[in-house]
This record gives sequence, C-alpha cells and structure tokens, in this order.
Amino acid sequence: MQNQQMVATSKSIPQCAQSSRSKKADLFIVGMSVLLIVAMSVSLMLGRYPIEPQQAVRMLMSIVLPIDQTWTEQQASLFFNVRLPRILLAVMVGCCLASAGAAFQGTFQNPLVSPDILGASQGAAFGAAAAILAGCGAFMVSLSAFCFAIVSVLLVLLISSRAKGNRVLVVVLAGVMISSLFSAGVSFTKLVADPADDLPAITYWLMGSLTGAKLDMALAMVAVPMIIGLVLLFALRWKINILTMGDDEASTMGINVRVIRIIIIAAATLVTASSVAVSGMIGWVGLVVPHLCRMIVGCDYRKLLPCSMLVGANFLLIVDNVARLTTTSEIPIGILTAFVGAPFFLYLITRRKQQR
Amino acid sequence: MSIEVTNLNFSYGKRQVLHDITISIPDGTLVNVLGPNGVGKSTLFRCILGLSSHYGGSILVNGKDMKSLSIKQRAREISYIPQSHASVYDYEVLDVVLMSTGTDLGMMRTPGKRHVERAYEALDRIGVIHLAHRTYTQISGGEQQLVLIARALAQNARTIIMDEPTSSLDYGNTLRVLCCVRQLAKEGLSIVQSTHQPDQAFLYSDKTLVINEGRAFAYGSPKDVITKELVSAIYGVDVEVNSLYGDKVRVCVPVNEIEN
Repeated sequence: MQNQQMVATSKSIPQCAQSSRSKKADLFIVGMSVLLIVAMSVSLMLGRYPIEPQQAVRMLMSIVLPIDQTWTEQQASLFFNVRLPRILLAVMVGCCLASAGAAFQGTFQNPLVSPDILGASQGAAFGAAAAILAGCGAFMVSLSAFCFAIVSVLLVLLISSRAKGNRVLVVVLAGVMISSLFSAGVSFTKLVADPADDLPAITYWLMGSLTGAKLDMALAMVAVPMIIGLVLLFALRWKINILTMGDDEASTMGINVRVIRIIIIAAATLVTASSVAVSGMIGWVGLVVPHLCRMIVGCDYRKLLPCSMLVGANFLLIVDNVARLTTTSEIPIGILTAFVGAPFFLYLITRRKQQR
Repeated sequence: MSIEVTNLNFSYGKRQVLHDITISIPDGTLVNVLGPNGVGKSTLFRCILGLSSHYGGSILVNGKDMKSLSIKQRAREISYIPQSHASVYDYEVLDVVLMSTGTDLGMMRTPGKRHVERAYEALDRIGVIHLAHRTYTQISGGEQQLVLIARALAQNARTIIMDEPTSSLDYGNTLRVLCCVRQLAKEGLSIVQSTHQPDQAFLYSDKTLVINEGRAFAYGSPKDVITKELVSAIYGVDVEVNSLYGDKVRVCVPVNEIEN
C-alpha cells in the first residue's frame, strides 16, 4: 500500500494512460462474461436427470440446425421446458435486480438503497397475494404483481412531488411509507386467506422462487420490459455518475436532473417490477451485488453498471442451482439469497473499515 | 459584460430575500462577495446559476438571458465550484473532472477521448495532474478544492461562481486556492467568489460586492468599499483598516484587542 503511494507521487503519470483501476475493471468484466457463459452451460447439464454435455450442445444447436435426434422426448422436454427457461430467468432476474439496485444507489446518493426502496416489492407482494386470494392462475398473479409494483412506485412519486423539502429524502420516505402500507395489506390477505390452500401459496410466493419459469408468453412478456429497462439504465450510466454529485452540482454541469432521474427511476422500476412479478421477493441481490462490484471496479458507473449486471446474473444463477440441486424439495431462492447476502454484506463492510 | 444583473428580486414564499439588486461584472474580473451569513449571497448565486428561476428582474451571463437558455446551454456559459465536500462514492479524480465536460453530449452518451483530453488539460492547468488517478476522497481538502476548480475549467465556461471556496481549508491551502483563482482571472475568466474574510478581498479581488439584508450594499474596488464604517455596519464589529507595503495591501484589525 505504502509502496503504491510512493510510486504514484514520485512518478508523473503519463497523459491519457489508462489507469490500473480501469484496466482491472475491464478485465473483471471480461472474466465475468466468460464465467456467465460457463455457468449457464454447466447449469443446463446439472439436475436430478443429468444431461451429457454433447447431448446438451446438440439440443441447443437443433434449434437452428437440422440435427438427427439422438435424445429422448423426455430429455428434450426437460431441457427446453424446464431447465433452459429457468436458467434464462435466473440470469435475467439477477441482472435486473443488481442493475436496478446500482442505479437507485446512485440516483439517491445512498449506498444502502435496494431496488425495492420505492415500494415495488411490497406493492408486487400485495398484488400477488390479492390475486392468489381471488383464485387467479399463475399468469394473472404475475400480471397483478407487476401492476401493483408500478402503482406503488407511481404513488410514491405522486406523494413526493407534493411534499416539501429535500427531494431525495422525500422520495425515500414516501417509499418507506407506501411499502409499509402495502405490507400491511399483505398481512391482511394472509389473515383472511384459506389456511389450507391460499395461505401456503402466498407464503411460498413471498419467499421467492424461479420454479414457475416456462418458455412461454409470460417469460417473453417480462423479457420485453426487462430489456427496455436494462438498455435505458446502461445508456444513462454516465449520467448516474453526475447525479451522485447532488442535484445543484449536476444541474450546473448541464444535466437536466429532473428528467434524468425520472427516466432512471422508471427504468429501474420496470426491471424490478418485472423481476418480482415472475420470481417473487428475492432480496439482497440488489443491495449486495453493487457493493461487491464497487469494491472491485470502483464507483464509476460506466464500469459499475455492466459489472453489476454480470455479477448479479452469475450470482442468482449459481444460488438458484444450489436451490434446486441440494435438496429434493427445493429451497425458495429468496431464503438462500438472504442466507448468503446478509453475512456477505457484513463481511464487505467490516473488510472496508480495515482497509482505511 | 460577463454578468449583468438588473433589478433582481427573489422571495422564498412571502419572505423577500433579494431586493432590487443591480450589478454588472466586466469580463476577466475577480469579484469577492462579502456579507454576513444568511443575507442572500447564496441565493444570489443560485439565481445567477439558474438553480432558482422564479426571480424578478433579469440576469444576463455573457450577454445571454439565463431564463431563455436550456440547462445544457447555461452550463456552457457559467460553471459552479462548490465547497469541497465528501462525496458518497469515491471516484477517481479524473472521473470527477470528466463529469463537467459533457455539456456537448447527448443524453445517452458517455464522454469520449476528446473529453478525457480536456479533463487532463484542466488538471494540468491547475497543476494537479499528478492526482489524476488518485481517489478523490483520499486526497486532502485543498487538493479536492483544486480538483473542483479544474472541473469547472474543463466545463469551458467563461464565467465561474465559487461559493466560499476556502472556508474549510487550512491557511496554506487557502492561499494556494486563492492564488490559483487570481491566476485564472488574469487569464481572462470572470470569477465571482464569496468569502467571510475582508482581508482576502484586498489581495484577491478586482472588485468587492457587499451584500447586506438582501441588497447590494456596496460595489467597487476593494479599497473604496472595505472601510472601517462598512465592516462595523455589516458585521457589527469594530475594526481598524491598516495599510501595509505602501498601501499595496490592507488588513482589518479588531480594535478592542489592541486598545486593551
């Protein structure tokens, strides 16, 4: 450490040289991309009914190329209808939650913010619980969750636009209030739910799971808002940097703070709502992953955002593999992310103190 | 004219903060703004920067009416140097400077090579290029302030507003920052900075503006403006203004400390 500082002060740094931090970040992003491809491939083969590597490759290629069928119908069904959609969903949800968390932490200038800060998760939970109570099918439950997530964020924005005081503080406070309102609503639905049938369904939904993944309309329908949101967040990654300097400074540097913040909130809400709608409440990913990435690649959102996307995808894919592989009756992934996330977060913050 | 303020009135709700302020600041001028806490200095700055827009009267910066400009266009005319502050996130110094270079960038774009070059140039001009790859939160307060000055330079605006740039700095860093500001004004930039030290105004300003109770109390060369009577009137303390080095510089001395 001391040695590094000596070098930094005694030698003048050549102009336009890429800093070591930036190189390290690029390397990390490449590494994470490779890991993601490897992890996805391996995940396709893993399961209670393992599929051999060359079979998996042949099945994948058969989508585009005419290849002789050397696999059984049962294998194909397992591969395309169960495993592939689930892996895709894990990757997408992880990517969405982590990038939404990173974006919110930047726009609200607060590193302790998670994607559900504006009430999206609790809104979605209420929407899902109400739909389950009404006896709706899986698709309607997801749709209801999605709509309520959006409604709760809109409520938060509406309330905060009428409140006086520090903009960021008011938005976060309104988010906390709306969240607790909806969570009271969830408690109420639990109270009146049929304990034999609806109550377990609600409880299970709240714990978060990717088991419902199917290669069907529902997956395609969440993929669209997810991709729109992710593209927007990625495009605005440099502006997030400037927003962290505070509204006044950002504004004097030529940034239309209001417009950019609304677009970022809209995009992050879109991806969070879509994720929660299909996977239930999966906590900690959106909080922990951006922190981990910040320690590795620094705070620059040009690196941090893509990095969070990749690490989030990897993290949720691997945790989901654990969820579905370790026990015969699988563990809800929300419980696992909390088990992994909370201690890991504690490790991160204590490690940081020692460095300073 | 760099800044022309005409009949500026501003109210927070019913409380009027600025009353009928009219000042004009020529190009390449270093202006010091004096005045007790809470008399409207920061509000005046906010109006000039376009951060508060519901004011009465008109503000022209480099001949352009600030109300008619977009946020991006405003940033090309005038830049702002805040007090050095702890950022929540620790960016690299170069990235901090880079943030102001995007006034010609579209909403979805990230800065390119020419922006990076501009950031390096600005750091070089302030003499802190060796800090480029250090972490902003880990350099000293004085260095942070210099980096923020570099950031304002990289914005390529001809007018700069500084809000108490030296209030949290030690003596050495204060002088270094003021010296740097003086040099920039010599190079043709117009700089308006607020301060709480009348002594600083003697050395480091071409013109001194005194704001009191929301009005432009006095405006002119520091030697004409800062007198025993004025300091007593606006700060309520008794001082003697003495000249040193054949009146090349003046200082304010609290009288009661000497007489006792």
